[in-house]
Amino acid sequence: MPGSLQKQNHPLASAKGQIELLNDNDSIGIPLFEHKLNEFGLDPLKPTGIDILQINVGKMCNQVCAHCHVDAGPDRKEIMTRETMQQCLEALAGTNISTIDLTGGAPEMNPHFRWFVEKLSQLEKQIIVRCNLTIILAHPRYNDLPGFFKKHKINVVSSLPYFNARRTDAQRGEGVFDKSVKALRMLNAAGYGKGNPAWKLDLVYNPAGAFLPGDQTSLENQFKRKLAEYDIVFDDLFSITNLPISRFLEYLVKTEKYEDYMTEMVNAFNPTAAANAMCRNTVSIGWDGYMYDCDFNQMLELKLNDASKHIKDFNLETLASREIIVNQHCFGCAAGAGSSCGGATT
Amino acid sequence: METYYKPEDLKKFSGITEWQKKLGDKFFEYYGAVFEEGALTKREKSLIALAVAHTVQCPYCIDAYTGDLLNQGVDEEQMMEAVHVAGAIRGGASLAHGVQMMNQVKEKLM
Repeated sequence: MPGSLQKQNHPLASAKGQIELLNDNDSIGIPLFEHKLNEFGLDPLKPTGIDILQINVGKMCNQVCAHCHVDAGPDRKEIMTRETMQQCLEALAGTNISTIDLTGGAPEMNPHFRWFVEKLSQLEKQIIVRCNLTIILAHPRYNDLPGFFKKHKINVVSSLPYFNARRTDAQRGEGVFDKSVKALRMLNAAGYGKGNPAWKLDLVYNPAGAFLPGDQTSLENQFKRKLAEYDIVFDDLFSITNLPISRFLEYLVKTEKYEDYMTEMVNAFNPTAAANAMCRNTVSIGWDGYMYDCDFNQMLELKLNDASKHIKDFNLETLASREIIVNQHCFGCAAGAGSSCGGATT
Repeated sequence: METYYKPEDLKKFSGITEWQKKLGDKFFEYYGAVFEEGALTKREKSLIALAVAHTVQCPYCIDAYTGDLLNQGVDEEQMMEAVHVAGAIRGGASLAHGVQMMNQVKEKLM
């Protein structure tokens, strides 16, 4: 797999290039997402509260997945500094935000990751780490991650797009399935995925192609049955729709599936899913401390529509009354049973 | 390239109600009810539909149910096994008629 789109100087590496393409809705005959919200009385979309702070600690990753909305990879050097992490800690102190969701890139590659987790765990909030699994085996210094996660009662959420090597490797790179199986066994051996809420191991399914995910419960049952053949157990499966951003957008365009995929999402628009969109209870923090309505808006550089734009100016009151910025990619979160970082929303 | 079957025509399927609304509506109501979860799961019904689609050689149905099964997370081996069921029944049906041929031969020869 070639490096990131940024490394390739691809036109879709820039947020501007992606937004220009997404905003040209007329040429593919689909409505504006905003108009669709309006049709159901949901425009403007406003927060219901702020329960989750999702923090992207950097774009560096040991993998270069074909669908990655972050355009992450080993060549990406954007990394959250300890100073910005400190600002996140200060913002969180005294709030009733229940969940901190750490993502990347591979968040574990940030040199301050363990320090940050240790500080966060003192806040006694639920901590999620979005671990890509292969990082655990990428270098001996990461081999003890299952124990570290266990010590801090981290909810490990890991992508495994399918229960076989063919589809997993096509999306995440050659050999990723086998390494993921090994890493999952290590997590299981540490006590993860066995029903204990302190050591929860959840998997993320996302389609390995230009189609929408099916019923989450049915997929979870299939995954549990198939992964049992590898002696692997896990707690919940989150089914997530691929949003037309960054590398997945580039894949859609390159394979001439963009128009059909956008149309499929529009046809599957579900107002209940739109009303339950994760941006209504989440704030996303970028590696440089800027705030966004979600990780996808972050990658499209759609900064918050609020007076406080940076974590150092974090203000729960104004954030809770802001208007959420929407665009055409939002059809992904509102399609079918809905999609969020925690899976289906309906 | 001009072809008899055009993939984009699949999207026009619901338009068959245009010239016979009453019967068309009845068909789609029935179709929807057939594919609801029942004694068979939605997944089982879709795999049967895929096999039948290959038997009746309907490219629209093949496209539709391949997509539907991908949505449901069904893997390639399962889909191909369903196609083999269609192949076995179809091939078996031809071969079973070999008995008819054998009967005729035996009747006509000394």
